[in-house]
Amino acid sequence: MEPVTRVSGTAYPWGAKNIDTDVIIPAHWLKTIKRSGLGKGAFETVRAQPGNIFDDPAYAGAPILIAGDNFGCGSSREHAAWALGDMGIKAVIAPSFSDIFSGNAFKNGIVPVVLPQEAVDRLVEVAKTDPITVDLETMTVTTPYQDRFPFELDAFRRRCLMEGLDEVGLTLAKDTAISKFEERLDDERPWIRRDAAHAGFAVEGAGRT
Amino acid sequence: MSSAPRTLYEKVWDAHVVERRDDGSCLIYIDRHLVHEVTSPQAFEGLRAAGRRVRRPDLTLAVPDHNLPTTARVDANGRELPIADRESAEQLGALRHNVAEFGVPYIDALSAKQGIVHVVGPEQGFTLPGTTMVCGDSHTSAHGALGALAFGIGTSEVEHVLATQTLILSPSKTMEVRVDGTLGYGVSAKDVVLAIIGRIGAAGGTGHVIEFTGEVIRNLSVEGRLTIANMSIEGGARAGMIAPDETTFAYLKGRPLAPTGADWDKAVAWWRTLPSDVGARYDKSVVLNAADIAPSLTWGTSPEDVVPITGVVPAPDSFADPSKREAAQKSLDYMGLTPGTRMQDVPVQHVFIGSCTNSRIEDLRAAAGVANGRHVADGVRAMVVPGSGLVKRQAEAEGLDRIFAEAGFEWREPGCSMCLAMNPDKVPPGERCASTSNRNFVGRQGPGARTHLLSPAMAAAAAVTGRLADVRELMG
Repeated sequence: MEPVTRVSGTAYPWGAKNIDTDVIIPAHWLKTIKRSGLGKGAFETVRAQPGNIFDDPAYAGAPILIAGDNFGCGSSREHAAWALGDMGIKAVIAPSFSDIFSGNAFKNGIVPVVLPQEAVDRLVEVAKTDPITVDLETMTVTTPYQDRFPFELDAFRRRCLMEGLDEVGLTLAKDTAISKFEERLDDERPWIRRDAAHAGFAVEGAGRT
Repeated sequence: MSSAPRTLYEKVWDAHVVERRDDGSCLIYIDRHLVHEVTSPQAFEGLRAAGRRVRRPDLTLAVPDHNLPTTARVDANGRELPIADRESAEQLGALRHNVAEFGVPYIDALSAKQGIVHVVGPEQGFTLPGTTMVCGDSHTSAHGALGALAFGIGTSEVEHVLATQTLILSPSKTMEVRVDGTLGYGVSAKDVVLAIIGRIGAAGGTGHVIEFTGEVIRNLSVEGRLTIANMSIEGGARAGMIAPDETTFAYLKGRPLAPTGADWDKAVAWWRTLPSDVGARYDKSVVLNAADIAPSLTWGTSPEDVVPITGVVPAPDSFADPSKREAAQKSLDYMGLTPGTRMQDVPVQHVFIGSCTNSRIEDLRAAAGVANGRHVADGVRAMVVPGSGLVKRQAEAEGLDRIFAEAGFEWREPGCSMCLAMNPDKVPPGERCASTSNRNFVGRQGPGARTHLLSPAMAAAAAVTGRLADVRELMG
């Protein structure tokens, strides 16, 4: 993952609430077995409406999206984060995010910035004409008008973003701790491991009438 | 270990901490991982690219469900029929290939055990109390009905679990949703969970794990509890849990993947220690009274837009919050509804009985009870999609398929189907569907489709009357 320390530029001044993942990327786009190329399906139903914000040339290629409460609610599809990333979005600012979307955003180098509603309202106004900056060093969102809104991020996730770390690789380095836990698990809750019985469970075919 | 009273969630969390980190997050061990075709191909590809293996195939189970057509899968000679949609076929093929390459236990589309992951997990006894359980699907919350800490994850996390059998998580806040009293005539688990979401809102549980408690929850079957926990995510909570009890143990005993013998006894003894301690504190508490819950349904495009069937389409002005007012107007425009219209006067063209929320045997029995001796109204297409091949068999053994067929319902093969319209089952633009699924989002059941979420009995009532109907008038 590319390290992210700062996202600066135009922002879609949207502000819409409860934007669900079916709106971000409808289910028929989920048949892909790749991560790339989903930008063309992003916000498909919104883009079907004339005069929509995503086809307004003033915001073309904006790296920031400003949305309302509960952004990314609904399904766990990481395709939503892939679609946003593919359309060039590197930060989303909203009063709240769904937990799953937020996690998916971090893992794809997209910063989910939580700010109070008043700050989001102000940024929607500013973004209509001016650029916005999200800075992970100073943990602030700023505008050319001396607005300065501090935000917080989970420390580990912030570090992963700023250093572009591979989380799977980091956890694999904990192999000893995981193996120790597994030994304890086998002893204390022996019904968890499945081994032979379960391995023989794979069912190919047979039975459908 | 502190002796302070703990909640069910806290006990399960504590039992799975591999390592506590300085920033408060923990490396959490994952006991059970369900995999399906839509959110896994990129995860397996990631493993392949990095030369990594699946750490614990024995704790993993793969089943295709989202993409599968719900039409016949084999011809008269038992030969597999091809899937017409090229991309769906490719994705399903990728799962078959990946499970073989990585040695992951797998239930094939042609097996009678195949079904929606969240129906298959409990049915096979793969889901167990006190386990941590994940799947690349937000309705994984369903498994919390048996006392598991179960939640949906994204594809990068699927890859993380496949490779390490762990996740890095920060503890959630806790929320108790207690439902007191006894359910009224014609009121089901679906009505209860719709009422809960209507009360707390679609973001009410964000950052929290819900524990559902109270007399109503205690008295529900495991099937009903699954319906409730399933929709935790529609209230914003990543997970919803219900304390395991005798109902849970009786449901699990003898299931193919449930523990046996001494392991069973040891497991039950541990499971009995899991319910929240007296005096355990929740960060938030909400109490509902069963007497206030009527057969309910949604009117808008968010699962929080809930109204009793005896109610009317609300006026946007009736909402205090200005942004909700604007959202309500947009919802009504999309739904083609006028404020003040009685919900019971709204005609439907489609009825969908299925999905991980409501496709288990009890759901089909409830729907068949209403359909029995009646007929689907003119101009309505009604479909029943059992949650698994085994649910389908059970229903057929009970003669429910004949009741549905005689009443003019389509009886189909198991899968996610019209809940999310990834397979060919879609609602055409501008048409209206009474649906037992979990999401009424814009375009969820097909572009321009209008969805009303309701219980299986209410869906059957809509099918036979051709409009949204109060099931109580068709019962008894």
